Amino acid sequence: MEPVLRMQGISKSFPGVRALQNVDFELLPGEVHALVGENGAGKSTLMKILSGVYTPDEGDIQLKGTSVVNAGPKAMLDAGVSVIYQELNLVPHLSVAENVMLGREPRRAGGLIDWKAMRAEVKKLIAQFNLKLDPRTPVYRISPAYQQVVEIIKAISLRSDILVMDEPTASLTGNEVERLFEIIRQLRSQGVSIIYISHRLEELWEVADRVTVLRDGERITTKPLAELTVPDIVRNMVGRELTEQYPVTEIETRDEVLRVEGLTKAGVCSDVSFAVRGGEIVGFSGLVGAGRTEIMQIIFGYLKRDSGKIFIHGKEVDIRSTRDAVRNGIALIPEERKRQGLILGLSVFDNAALAVLDRNSTFGVINFKKLSDLIHRIVETIGVKTPSPRQLVKFLSGGNQQKVVLSKWFVRDCDIYIFDEPTRGIDVGAKVEIYRLMQSLAQRGAAVIMVSSELLEVLNMSDRIQVVYDGRIVKEFRRDEATEEGVMKYALGVAGSVA
Amino acid sequence: MKLDVKHILKTYGIFLAFLLICIILAILSPVFLRWNNILNVIRQSSIYGVMAVGMTFVILSGGIDLSVGSVLALSGIIAAGAATAGVGIFGIVALGLLVGVLCGLFNGLMITLGKITPFVITLGMMSIARGLTLIYSGGRPISGFEGAFRFIGGGFILGIPFPIVILAVTVLIGWLVLTQTRLGRYTYAIGGNEETVKLSGINSNFYKTMVYVISGLTSAMSALILTSRLNSGGPNVGQAYELDVIAAVVIGGTSLSGGRGSVWGTLVGALMISVINNGMNLLGINPFFQLVVKGVIIIGAVFLDRLRDQAN
Repeated sequence: MEPVLRMQGISKSFPGVRALQNVDFELLPGEVHALVGENGAGKSTLMKILSGVYTPDEGDIQLKGTSVVNAGPKAMLDAGVSVIYQELNLVPHLSVAENVMLGREPRRAGGLIDWKAMRAEVKKLIAQFNLKLDPRTPVYRISPAYQQVVEIIKAISLRSDILVMDEPTASLTGNEVERLFEIIRQLRSQGVSIIYISHRLEELWEVADRVTVLRDGERITTKPLAELTVPDIVRNMVGRELTEQYPVTEIETRDEVLRVEGLTKAGVCSDVSFAVRGGEIVGFSGLVGAGRTEIMQIIFGYLKRDSGKIFIHGKEVDIRSTRDAVRNGIALIPEERKRQGLILGLSVFDNAALAVLDRNSTFGVINFKKLSDLIHRIVETIGVKTPSPRQLVKFLSGGNQQKVVLSKWFVRDCDIYIFDEPTRGIDVGAKVEIYRLMQSLAQRGAAVIMVSSELLEVLNMSDRIQVVYDGRIVKEFRRDEATEEGVMKYALGVAGSVA
Repeated sequence: MKLDVKHILKTYGIFLAFLLICIILAILSPVFLRWNNILNVIRQSSIYGVMAVGMTFVILSGGIDLSVGSVLALSGIIAAGAATAGVGIFGIVALGLLVGVLCGLFNGLMITLGKITPFVITLGMMSIARGLTLIYSGGRPISGFEGAFRFIGGGFILGIPFPIVILAVTVLIGWLVLTQTRLGRYTYAIGGNEETVKLSGINSNFYKTMVYVISGLTSAMSALILTSRLNSGGPNVGQAYELDVIAAVVIGGTSLSGGRGSVWGTLVGALMISVINNGMNLLGINPFFQLVVKGVIIIGAVFLDRLRDQAN
C-alpha cells in the first residue's frame, strides 16, 4: 500500500540541541501509528515539522507522493494534516458548533452568521459518531473527553485525513478512554490515518497497528505492535532494562498522622472519612470528576467545606486557608502543574523557594544565604536537570518541571504530602524517580496521599487504596486484595450490580 | 567571543535608546548638558518617578492603578490645608501620606476581598478622590506655606534638589524591597501566577493589598513634593498623571501582564519622558508634538519588549 505520508531523513537542530537525527517515518492509509519515546526524545519536534510549524534542516516530507517540505502550517492544514494538542485549542465560552466552525462560519446574505446552517452541519458530524452532544453547549461545560471529541470533529470537518493526537487519554478516565478508542477505530475504518502519541503504553495494543520508538532524536524501531510487549517498548525507549518501573520498598508504618472525618461539600463530596499513617502511601482511585481533586483541595484549605473535621497527629485543626494547611504541615502537589504548581516566568530557584520564604526571613527581609544553601541542596537531591537555578522554569521539560514542584515542598519538610496526578504527561524515567521520591518521604515518616487515574500506578505504589465514586469513598482495598478489575468496578460504580 | 549585537539591543535596548537620545540632544543643544539643566530634568521626573516606583509594584503584580493622579491631588490638598492651618511639618507629612495609604488600602481591599478588577476599582477611586479634593477645597487652590514644608519641593541637600534625593531613595528602597523581601518576591510571583502562589500556602490577598497601599503611599509622596514646590495645593493638579506614570513603567520594560520588570527600568522610563519634554522645549519644538512623540515612544518601548520576548 502506498503511504499517505512519508518523512525521510528528517534532521533538526536547535542551538545546543540535536532534536532529530535522520528520522524516517511512514504512515499508511487507515493506519493508527503510535509514536512513543521519553520526553525530549523528539516526538513533539517531529510533529511540529509535520504540521509545518518547524522547517527541518534536512530531509523530505511527501504527502500522497508530493513533496511538501517548507510548506508552512496553513498549507499543511489545507493538505489534510490536523494536530490535536494535549492542551486543547478550544475557546471555552463559545459553543461546540462555533468551535468546530471557527473561522469558517456559514454566512447569510449581508455577512450575518447563518446559525441554523452551522448547527445543522455540526449536528451531522456529531451524529456520525453516535454522540449525545448539543452543538449549542458552551465548550467549558462539557467534559475533557468530549472536548477532545470536539477537536476531532473539527479536524474531520476540515476534511483532514491525517490526524495527530498528542496524549489524547492523559486527562480521561476508563470509560472515556474506551469511548475515544471507539471513535479512533471508526475513523480508521473511514480511511483516516492517525499518529497516536501516548505515555500510556498499555493502551497502544487496543488502538494502534504499528509503533515507532524515538530515543534522543533518533528512530530506534518501527514494528507492528503484535510483535512487541510493553517491556520491549520500554527497553527501546530508555535503552536499558527498566526492571523497577515500580520500585518496591518495605516501609514501617507509624502512628496516624492525618485523619479526616465526615468531610462534606454540597455538589462535590459527602461524608468522606479516612486516615493516613506516617510511612504509608494511600492511593485515591476514581474517575475524573469523581471528586478526588476537590477532596484534596478541601483538606488543603483551597476549597471551603460545609462540614467535617480534620485531625493531624490526633489533634483537630482548623484549616480555613492554604496558609493554615501549610502551617499545619500539609503539602499539595497539584494536578495542573503549569497552572497551579509553577510560575513559569520565574526561575527554578524562585519557584523552589516559594513555600519557605516565611521561614527564611526576618521582618520580611529574606536571608538569601541560608536559603540558597537549602534550595541548592534540595534541587540537587531531587535531581532537577537544569543548567542553573536561575533558569526559567518554562524552559524545562515536563518531568523536570514536576521535580521543581516537588522541590518546593521537599524544602518545606511537611508531615503530609498530597500528590494529585504526580506523573501525568511525564516520561518513564522521570516517573520512576518521582515514585522513589514519594517513597523517600514515606520512609522518613510522612503520610503520603496519591491521587491518580493510572490504575497500575495506584495498584503498585499504594499500601491502601480508597476508591472514590460520585463524591464518596465507596471502597477501601488493602494492597494485597486490590486488582485492576476490582478497583475499576468500584470506580465505575458498577460493583453492586456485578456482585 | 563575537559581540552579539542583536542580543544586546534586545536586552538593553531601552537603556541604549535613552543614551542615544541624550547624545543627540547634547549635540543639538549646548544647554542640554549644563548642570542646571540636568538637575532640572531629573527634578521634573521626580514627581512621576516616585509614583512610578509604586506603580511598578502594582503592574508587576498583574494589576493597574488608575487613581494615582487623583490620590495625588487629594493628598496634596489635605497637606496644603494642614499647612495653612498651622500644623507642624511632621503632621503635614504624616497626614498627606496617611491619605494616600488609606486610598491605596481601599483599592487593595476592594480588589482582593471584593473581587473586583483593579481597572474598575481604581477607575472609581480616580473619580472619588478627585471629587473629595474638590469638596474639601471648594474648587479653589490652597496656597502660601511656611519654610519647613517648602523645603520638600524646593530645598537642596549638598547642592542636590531635595526631590531628586527623594526619588533616589525611593528607587533604592523599591529595588531593595523587590529583590530582598518576601513582599517583593511575592509581588513577582503573584504577577506570574496567582493561583500557584495561593496553592503554596501564601496569603496572596494580603500582599496584593499591600501593593496598592505602596502605590497610594508613593502618590502621596509625589503630592508632598508637588504641593511644596508649587507652594499651593490645587484641586485640578495631577490630572492625567496616571498616563505618564504607567508610560514610565511600561517604557522601562515592566510587562503589563505582570511578573517581569524592575524599578531601574522604571527610573529610565521616567527620565526618558522628562528628557524628551526638556529636549523638545530646548529645541523650540511645538509642545503639541511632544504628545505625539511620547506616544510613539510608548509604543516603541512595548514593541522592543515584544522582540525581547521572542528572543527568549
